[in-house]
Amino acid sequence: MTKRQNRMILVAMLVAGVGLAGYFGLKAFNENLLYFFSPTDVVEGKAPTGKSFRLGGLVGVDSVKRDGIKVRFDVTDNKNTFSVKYEGILPDLFREGQGIITTGSLVNGTFVATEVLAKHDENYMPPEVADALSKAQAIKKPAGYNE
Amino acid sequence: MWKWIQAFASPKNFYSISHKIIPWFLYPFIVITLVGLYWGLIIAPADYQQGESYRIMYIHVPAAWMSMFVYVVMAVSGGIGLIWQIKLANVVAKVSAPIGASFTFLALVTGAVWGKPMWGTWWVWDARLTSELILLFLYLAYMSLNNAFDNPKTAAKASSILAIVGLVNIPIIHYSVTWWNTLHQGASVSSIEKIAQPAIHSDMLMPLVLMGISFKLLYGALMLMRARDEVLIQEQNSGWVKKIIMEHGK
Repeated sequence: MTKRQNRMILVAMLVAGVGLAGYFGLKAFNENLLYFFSPTDVVEGKAPTGKSFRLGGLVGVDSVKRDGIKVRFDVTDNKNTFSVKYEGILPDLFREGQGIITTGSLVNGTFVATEVLAKHDENYMPPEVADALSKAQAIKKPAGYNE
Repeated sequence: MWKWIQAFASPKNFYSISHKIIPWFLYPFIVITLVGLYWGLIIAPADYQQGESYRIMYIHVPAAWMSMFVYVVMAVSGGIGLIWQIKLANVVAKVSAPIGASFTFLALVTGAVWGKPMWGTWWVWDARLTSELILLFLYLAYMSLNNAFDNPKTAAKASSILAIVGLVNIPIIHYSVTWWNTLHQGASVSSIEKIAQPAIHSDMLMPLVLMGISFKLLYGALMLMRARDEVLIQEQNSGWVKKIIMEHGK
């Protein structure tokens, strides 16, 4: 075996070894890398109760009730829904049907939030296209929403 | 074929050939950047959700693409340098690091500026943002390790191993948004199912593609320019470099 082949094998082993270590490392820390839990995760007991965690989902349609800077709304993943209580400034993107991530803890079944962040998805389009799409989808909408 | 590659990769040949190649990166870069920016910032329509704010994407996304692309170039040429001991490959790896670090820094800063109005925060420790920050640290570690040795050969050897080890972070960055829940959005462009039906409207996608090309050309030009300087420094005692200095010194 030439010196060059030797070095080639060493580099290949380095890549394979680090890849394997990375794979197992990520597998071990998988839970910690989740940035938020969905309402269904919380119902299934995956979220840490008793301490603060992040709840992520869509803002329920027709659920936002404002009273000054106090606001109440539902966070849903269309399977399970939690009612959220928050006092503070909401991000620009906050609206009904929008994906949000909120930090806080469960108090008697209500999620008391200390922070609300808005999530946006990977879709980008002009407003006219979005209007046309939502008109087309409005006919199908009731199937997805059980409210 | 092998002889031909070796001949091209000799520092002396590289120095004279690269001089002719650089304009082919530099001038298209200037033209495509101007067209891309005008198209993206002025012609492209506003977004249905984010309004005008989404336009920072035309810097943020290409910078983030390049942060990963340059790292792969750096690690692969470092590996080529390790195995075949080609000086030029080590030079390419070395001079790419600060360029890649700059792209990474740009992606992080534009991301924070975008995140504040849209998400409501400059920074969160989600998987995408954290892995991109680790990428910046990898570049910085590579640069300091490479500078820690006086002998370019030893420096290349040590830092190339680091670059290859850090390669594991690249798929993590790319798939972080699919493997875990993140605040950062999912991929709009690169996933395979999206090619038939892109998640970005074509009026907005075209300038993004142009800016992607523009950033690649910029990297090509900067890398070649820096590589020429590095070759001169490393070969300062060889005959051909002395000859150039003599000719220019007059």
